[in-house]
Amino acid sequence: MTAHAIDSTNEVPASTTGFAPLSARRIYVMGGIILILVGLILGDVFAALILHPNAGRIGERLLAASSNVASGDRSGVVANFRDIGRALENRGTKVDSHVHIIDFGYLALLLALLQPWVAFGERQKKRLAILFLSGAALLPVGVFLIYYVGLNHSPLPSIGWASIAADFGGLLVIGACAAQLWGLVRGIRLPASATIAGRQDKFLHDRSLASRMLLAGGTLLILAGFLQGAAYAALDLYRQEDQETSILLSLVDKSAAQQSAEEIVGQYNMLQADKAVKIAAHAHAINFGVLAILLALVQPYVFLSERWRRRWAILLLTGSAVLPVFVLMELHWGLVAGGIADAGGLLVAVALCGMFYGIVRYSGALDKNLDNAVEVG
Amino acid sequence: MTSSKKVMILGGLALIVLGMVFGLWYALFAEHQQLDEIGKQLTTGFALAAERKMPDSHSAIHSYAAAHYDYVRHVDLHSHWGGLAILLIVLGAAFHRVGFDERKRRVLAVGLLLGAFLFPLGVILETIDHGPLPQVLAVFGSALVVGTLAAIAVGFMREADSRQL
Repeated sequence: MTAHAIDSTNEVPASTTGFAPLSARRIYVMGGIILILVGLILGDVFAALILHPNAGRIGERLLAASSNVASGDRSGVVANFRDIGRALENRGTKVDSHVHIIDFGYLALLLALLQPWVAFGERQKKRLAILFLSGAALLPVGVFLIYYVGLNHSPLPSIGWASIAADFGGLLVIGACAAQLWGLVRGIRLPASATIAGRQDKFLHDRSLASRMLLAGGTLLILAGFLQGAAYAALDLYRQEDQETSILLSLVDKSAAQQSAEEIVGQYNMLQADKAVKIAAHAHAINFGVLAILLALVQPYVFLSERWRRRWAILLLTGSAVLPVFVLMELHWGLVAGGIADAGGLLVAVALCGMFYGIVRYSGALDKNLDNAVEVG
Repeated sequence: MTSSKKVMILGGLALIVLGMVFGLWYALFAEHQQLDEIGKQLTTGFALAAERKMPDSHSAIHSYAAAHYDYVRHVDLHSHWGGLAILLIVLGAAFHRVGFDERKRRVLAVGLLLGAFLFPLGVILETIDHGPLPQVLAVFGSALVVGTLAAIAVGFMREADSRQL
């Protein structure tokens, strides 16, 4: 892998500066990629260790509740549904952590794009970047801990310490975003300066093949995700809603008649799995599409040769297509499809690591250009 | 900034504010009540079946289904307005690279913004009106989103003159 000077005439000599001081933009890009990587890895870990066993537990509790119905045990029914509620809370907080980490990563990359139009000095921008990333890390950790911490030692009657930490993280993110918006409004009110900053911005003008592949590939992934979502809404959503009601009605009827409910609970589990894989495929195709477009725009900061940038782009797009397709196949091919989908996720993670490595190697040429550009505020 | 870019970025910002305001209202005043109702009705359905009160049990399960139907659409509205807004902003940042002239880009930007607004609106209206009109609105909105996005994908493949920022 050979280093590639993006603009050799503006290269900052390593002998005098070494790595250029971190600009706010680089903090956002690096922080954003780390957040997305962590979110991807945690998604795989949650799916294998928590979400799948949890789904099995919900099925068991539903079967136990139907046995309680058969034996006329009302308190047993309530206890089993309380357990189902706990299992749903466990699943909900894990999914929320996964989604928030990745979404904050996207937001960090988006804020990196907007930096030339934000009318603050570099030091203020860096402080805001650190504030944003602190909140973006705190919120998902807090949400993850909600299930385990509960209301232990909490000063409030209904909100635990983990929720308080998560809310504080959210507040930091909102504060940082509000400040960015204020800076953006100030920047837009200075049209000449903002336009110059935009025109000189290499983020938006990179024409490399890697960037174009990620841009077009990302848009196609989003389009595929939309089409699959539209097909789900047209063919499955209403049918599944009716099916769920009829399964539950049949479950209480059979249980009350003291007949075996195992087959119906099996149908209920299959229905939930069918819903879950279709929604997951829809969401992942669109999210990976947005990720590809954002990465297309940060390619100038990936300090690698064009050949390697192209390789990472192909790897990322391949993984992004493999994961949702094989998630959809999980109902028919079971663990084999699940394994291939996980391998797709791994390809995305490896490609992100490769791009992150390129960003870490970056020598500061673009930061120097930006410092020389019109400094607003 | 070109007018198509302004439509995408400012429209996206307006849509994200709309989605957040709805999400905040929903989280503060409706979500917990709705989730409690879902859990309560399902538990009641089974508990009444244990007491062999089958008509009441069926009625509770139908109430569960109705509450769940509304819940799914409320969450869908929030997530789709937010998600489509992010998409508008991200695509807007690179919109000068769509390989069409500015007039066509403006048509695409307006079409995508309109679709992004109407499609989730149709979905939420399904909780109020169970007739065909909300579904027609949702289908029309999603067709606009899919059609304009397909054209934008073609535009990105053609690439454009980068001097038009």
